[in-house]
Amino acid sequence: MKFDLILRIGTKLILPFILLFALYVQFHGDYGPGGGFQAGVIAAAMVILMSLTFGINTAQRVAPRAMVERMVPLGVLIYAGTGVAGLLMGRNFLDYSVLGHGAHARELGIFLVEAGVLVTVAGTMCSLYYAFVERGR
Amino acid sequence: MTLLTMLAVVVIAILRQRSLFGVVILSGIYSFLIASVLIALDAVDVALTEASVGAGMSLVLLLSTLHLVKTSEIKPWRSNLLPLATAFVVGAAVVWATLSLPPFGSPDAPIHKHVGPRYLQKSIEETGVPNVVTSVLADYRSFDTLGETTVIFTAGIGVMLLLRGRRKRGAK
Repeated sequence: MKFDLILRIGTKLILPFILLFALYVQFHGDYGPGGGFQAGVIAAAMVILMSLTFGINTAQRVAPRAMVERMVPLGVLIYAGTGVAGLLMGRNFLDYSVLGHGAHARELGIFLVEAGVLVTVAGTMCSLYYAFVERGR
Repeated sequence: MTLLTMLAVVVIAILRQRSLFGVVILSGIYSFLIASVLIALDAVDVALTEASVGAGMSLVLLLSTLHLVKTSEIKPWRSNLLPLATAFVVGAAVVWATLSLPPFGSPDAPIHKHVGPRYLQKSIEETGVPNVVTSVLADYRSFDTLGETTVIFTAGIGVMLLLRGRRKRGAK
């Protein structure tokens, strides 16, 4: 694929928009369809498309394997940590009302747990792809 | 109806296909059709998930699996009768179970009577999030979503151990 000009330029053009779309799906999930899960998969799709066109080494420079593998437990920790914050403040597990006042607290809670889901899903999908590719070498 | 007919056509094509590459591509088409069905049913969130995970991600993972294994289906060495009978019995049981469901889209169905109306009415007031799907997933039913995230975490770790474990031992 190294010399396929149209493919390389086309991919280069489309990559930032895929990432932008992932962020849109993530942060607009409150108002439209979407959320952490879908956004994570779309962000991982960007890395995979990059590695399909430019090779696995380029993709791993952008998203190193150590980073994506740490993202897998990190997301679960963000999610569970939001829950434990409720416990520490003397409320129930995952009670978002400790994070602020009224509806804003719960909006913030939703934002945090969705961020956790995004990190775990994107990390898992990238690490799975890397694991498959490196096994095939 | 058109979508359902296309689904049936794709399933028959998958059954007749011997090349696994073809099967993988056809299953991607199947996922896209399911996503279109879900859009027709107004379930955009699920449709987005199906299109990205079912048609995108699992397609890539299946293709990379094909990269590691043989790409044509081997001939079955046992008779097909028992699996066929199992499929028919299970299918008949599912069809029989759907007969006792409330009519499709009926407002009297139990799922529309239980907590659904409360979520729809109170979601903006209580959480400030207009998309009720998001507020149910990440707020009212947050514990379930934590479980789902943990499932992804566990499954990912498991597959990574399976794929990477043996290589390291071989290198020693």
